[in-house]
Amino acid sequence: MRLGIEVSNITKKYNGDPILRNCSFSFKTPGVYILTGPNGCGKSTFLRISSLIEPPDSGMVSFFSDGNPVPADLQLRRRITLVLPKVGVFNTTVFKNIAYGLKIRGIHRREVEEKVNRALEFVRLSHKKDQNGLTLSSGETQRLGIARALVIEPEILFLDEPTASVDQKNSLIIEEIILTMKKENGPTVIMTTHDQGQAKRLADTLLVIRDGVLSAGGDQK
Amino acid sequence: MDSIIESFSKALSLILSLNRELWGIILLSIEVSGTALVAATILGLPVSALLGFKKFPLRGMIITALNTFMGLPPVVVGLLIYLLLSRSGPLGFLALLYTPTAMIIAQTILAFPIVASLSHSAIVSVDPIIRQASMTLGATPFQISLAIIREARYGIISAVIAGLGRVMAEVGAILIVGGNIAGFTRVMTTTIAMETDKGNFELALALGIILLMISLLINLALYFIQKRGVEGVNR
Ligand SMILES: Nc1ncnc2c1ncn2[C@@H]1O[C@H](COP(=O)(O)OP(=O)(O)OP(=O)(O)O)[C@@H](O)[C@H]1O
Ligand SMILES: [Mg+2]
Repeated sequence: MRLGIEVSNITKKYNGDPILRNCSFSFKTPGVYILTGPNGCGKSTFLRISSLIEPPDSGMVSFFSDGNPVPADLQLRRRITLVLPKVGVFNTTVFKNIAYGLKIRGIHRREVEEKVNRALEFVRLSHKKDQNGLTLSSGETQRLGIARALVIEPEILFLDEPTASVDQKNSLIIEEIILTMKKENGPTVIMTTHDQGQAKRLADTLLVIRDGVLSAGGDQK
Repeated sequence: MDSIIESFSKALSLILSLNRELWGIILLSIEVSGTALVAATILGLPVSALLGFKKFPLRGMIITALNTFMGLPPVVVGLLIYLLLSRSGPLGFLALLYTPTAMIIAQTILAFPIVASLSHSAIVSVDPIIRQASMTLGATPFQISLAIIREARYGIISAVIAGLGRVMAEVGAILIVGGNIAGFTRVMTTTIAMETDKGNFELALALGIILLMISLLINLALYFIQKRGVEGVNR
């Protein structure tokens, strides 16, 4: 029923420099996983590899549902999504940005409109829907990224530093969004942050990357 | 001095009187250059996308060649098409020399490298994060390419307009392959060239004024499109 990820023995080098070394972890129970670690330790790299945006040098990312393996094809890719640290806003309205994932899935216009409006409300951007997405503030941009991801109803949502360069107020709004998703049995969240307080507030499971090695940083709650 | 003023006033009255010959020439110009531009766009856009999205051997060489051909001298293109289409040439049997079709072919060849090369630049200068973002949202490779092309749209429209500017103002190629035959292959630029030669300034001036206005319109369009593109990007 619930999609899980098994990351096994992931290794990644950039220009001969090993960034991730034999990282393994099994994300099988739903909840919020928080990944921390110093700048440049490979958190974003780990998220890109686990979300199938980039292949590892060696090792495997596999998916399973009810203990059965799920092939990593387009269909599977459409059940997970990653919000990039810089989001990657399209040069068009906020509304059309959020509608994108639904449009490429061939979803009917009326349904698109309904879902996008609901997502806009959820991240409190309804009043900005006709504004060009590139003109949003950093906090609003992150919320746009989250709405654009949530609207496709992913089973696993990767968030790469959604609150970096975001003020306290927006940061708390984003935390609330994540907690609401959890309460409403939303997607499994795998996110990175440098905010230790936030990590404690949100995490069901804490993970840390140090010297290229991923390890569980002790369970919360 | 007097004769210049006289020519100008005669030219203006020609324009204002909606002279049939004048309008015929203008319409043919727009038809030839417009058709050539459509053809160059239909051919150039897929080429620019291919060069932007696919890696294949000779790709770099093709890009360099396109950049070089952007500055192709129209008379040289005219000469080559002439040799191909002339009665003794390899395509002489088509009997296309001195027809509007020959002019369209020549101008398509002139506009194609501009449309293809500038569109390619627009496509490759799209921020790579757009590719990643559409990938994270579940796009197929084709859908990713479309998303990138959509981001490049202002640059691509500018490329097409630049191509139009090139062919509308061009005289060398169409004069050679069209022959400036009255009522058949006469367009604005060739008429200006020939009538000036004959000392027939009114018609030349009238067409010159209209050509300037068209080129002003083209550049205004280019200005507004580039301005819109930049406004979207600046935060
Ligand atoms: N495409 C790339 N090419 C070359 N090097 C890269 C590339 N992507 C990442 N790196 C390098 O890999 C290392 C890890 O980068 P990554 O972005 O994963 O770190 P991070 O843990 O997310 O850091 P931060 O906390 O600053 O976001 C860095 O040293 C970075 O320079
Ligand atoms: Mg990072």
